[in-house]
Amino acid sequence: MNTNPALLRGMTGRRDALRLFGLAGAGLGLAACGVKGQKAAPPKQNDVQKYWAGKTKKGHLNFANWTLYIDKNRTPLKEFTRQTGITVTYREVISDDPQWFGKIAPQLQAGQSIGYDLMVVTNGLEFTKLVELGYLVPLDHSQMPNFTKNVGAAYKQESFDKGNVYSVPYATGLTGIAYDPSKTGREITSIQDLWDPKFKGKVGMMSDVQEIGNFGMFAVGIDPEKSTPDDWKKAGAKLQEQKDKGIVRKYYENDYIDALSRGDVWLTMAWSGDIFQQNLNEGSNLKFVIPKEGATIWTDNMMIPKTADNPVDALMMMDFFYRPEIAANLAEFINYVTPVPAAKDVIAADAAKATGSKKKTLESVASSPLVFPTDADYARLRHYRSLTPAEEKDYTAVFQHITAG
Amino acid sequence: MRRRLAPYALILPGGLWLAIFFVVPMVVMLSFSLMQGDVVNGFSLTWHWQNYSEALSDYDDQLIRSLVYGVIATAACIVLAYPVAYWIAFRGGARKTTFLFLLLLPFFVSFVLRTFSWKFLLADDGIVLSPLKHAGLLPQDFHVIATGFAVVAGLTYNYLPFMVLPIYVALERVDPKMIEAAQDLYASPAQAFARVVFPLSLPGVFAGVLMTFVPVSADYVNATVLGGTNNTMIGNIIQNLYLVNNDYPQAAALSFTLMAILLIGIFLYARALGTEDVLEVATR
Repeated sequence: MNTNPALLRGMTGRRDALRLFGLAGAGLGLAACGVKGQKAAPPKQNDVQKYWAGKTKKGHLNFANWTLYIDKNRTPLKEFTRQTGITVTYREVISDDPQWFGKIAPQLQAGQSIGYDLMVVTNGLEFTKLVELGYLVPLDHSQMPNFTKNVGAAYKQESFDKGNVYSVPYATGLTGIAYDPSKTGREITSIQDLWDPKFKGKVGMMSDVQEIGNFGMFAVGIDPEKSTPDDWKKAGAKLQEQKDKGIVRKYYENDYIDALSRGDVWLTMAWSGDIFQQNLNEGSNLKFVIPKEGATIWTDNMMIPKTADNPVDALMMMDFFYRPEIAANLAEFINYVTPVPAAKDVIAADAAKATGSKKKTLESVASSPLVFPTDADYARLRHYRSLTPAEEKDYTAVFQHITAG
Repeated sequence: MRRRLAPYALILPGGLWLAIFFVVPMVVMLSFSLMQGDVVNGFSLTWHWQNYSEALSDYDDQLIRSLVYGVIATAACIVLAYPVAYWIAFRGGARKTTFLFLLLLPFFVSFVLRTFSWKFLLADDGIVLSPLKHAGLLPQDFHVIATGFAVVAGLTYNYLPFMVLPIYVALERVDPKMIEAAQDLYASPAQAFARVVFPLSLPGVFAGVLMTFVPVSADYVNATVLGGTNNTMIGNIIQNLYLVNNDYPQAAALSFTLMAILLIGIFLYARALGTEDVLEVATR
């Protein structure tokens, strides 16, 4: 946590340093000014120009992303380097939005580089905070021809960032249930299966308060998008019951995949594409379902932190992901919903050219509801509810009480 | 003049180091623990002492659990470490250094990694439990990971060397002639141990308890990796409050509460056992 600069200035003086040795009270006096928030106003058109004026390509960029979010050979990045000459350092350092925000916020507040020029953050509490605190660079759409041309219409109107002022989608995915049919011995179709005492100690839930809260609400028949504080309490009670009965093994971050493939859990809340990739990489036979009560849909977004050293290179990388052939390549491997509709034709064409098992995989991707959901699927999908800071405190209090153990 | 300043010059680097990286953050955290606000709108110092009472009432379960785990793991460490230290000190012979090195060898591997390896080793269908289940020795739904036992066992394993080393140092200094003298005075081996060796090694045990109990009670890695839904320790809560909720005031209040409890506990413990011996061990 960065402290008020006035405090630090005060401490460089020798007298103050000496005082601190003896008198904590004096130090408290120095700290008494508090720590300022940095609530930012929305950017005006000339902020965009002001930021980008004079910025040039540096030939390198540092990219922070989640695990299992690109193919093993990093094909899109290699292609990007080949075409633009920009080298990319790619690190899978994000495993959870809140922890990532907690890590980078102090540096951003101090105006220091976080070491990355491009990062991927889910729409949700942390995304809102990043925007409100003014930690993100407003994007210059005039430098993003592929995005403008190829992005799906729905992705320009997402409520969390209307008009893509700060972010463009990397991929969209669903939170549903994954299970190992050889262990459960039956098909899983409902959220209620996560409450089945038969699976005592073998059920995985997510520790993220928004994710678990949503599932608690589905379980008691509430639409999370329209929920009220009373609904949260109902959902909380339902989740508490599940915990008290010993049904939940653990509240996981993205390590639920390992627990599922090791057999520590038999069924778990899961993100759609992870299961596909795990099956592909490990030859496992896990299944993913959209429960009949509903599932949540979220979007992971690419964005540039305001302290980025190579923003132009980052912007070029963002735009590069919106070429249909690159978007297709990404979707083929990660199996999440692509924001580029034209990628479907590319994947179908790839499938027509391919042979053997590769052909089969590609065909399944092109027809997969997890990559290209149908309208009927969309009808069952719900978005995260957006929360004000005051609501967030109440919301977190209800659900963290459960996951904190 | 120069001679007069020399001691101050010697203390300066270490003193500055402590001032900058210990005292200053402590003061900042102390002021945080009395603030109110949130990360978007900022925090302001309102002398909000309720942070302490709220933290205590919200997380008393985890606080008590951490201290209980700390006591059990520390006790297990003593039971396991004493014979090892005794054996190395009195039977180690010329190979003493080798044995001590072996004891420290696991430290060359990251302790997070070592803890993770437990997870694979003791997985429900892993290489240890699977054969036992197949043989019918364990019920099918038996599991070790995600239990309080796993967390305490992990804590014990990770902090064991911190107990062995001080006990070893204390035993090393026991002159074997003292044991001979005790036996010359018709003490049985058991009596010689109980009345001569063990009392002389107590400062080592005391130092070992300090070096294990404090970090064990504040540990969060073992509970994260090996724990289940009801094994969260106070370290996890503090980490969560800082990094996930960005609730710095409550996190700071909880940290200071934990610190106060540990300091008071150790102070009482030191009074009960006598502090001079401890300082002696520490300054050897």
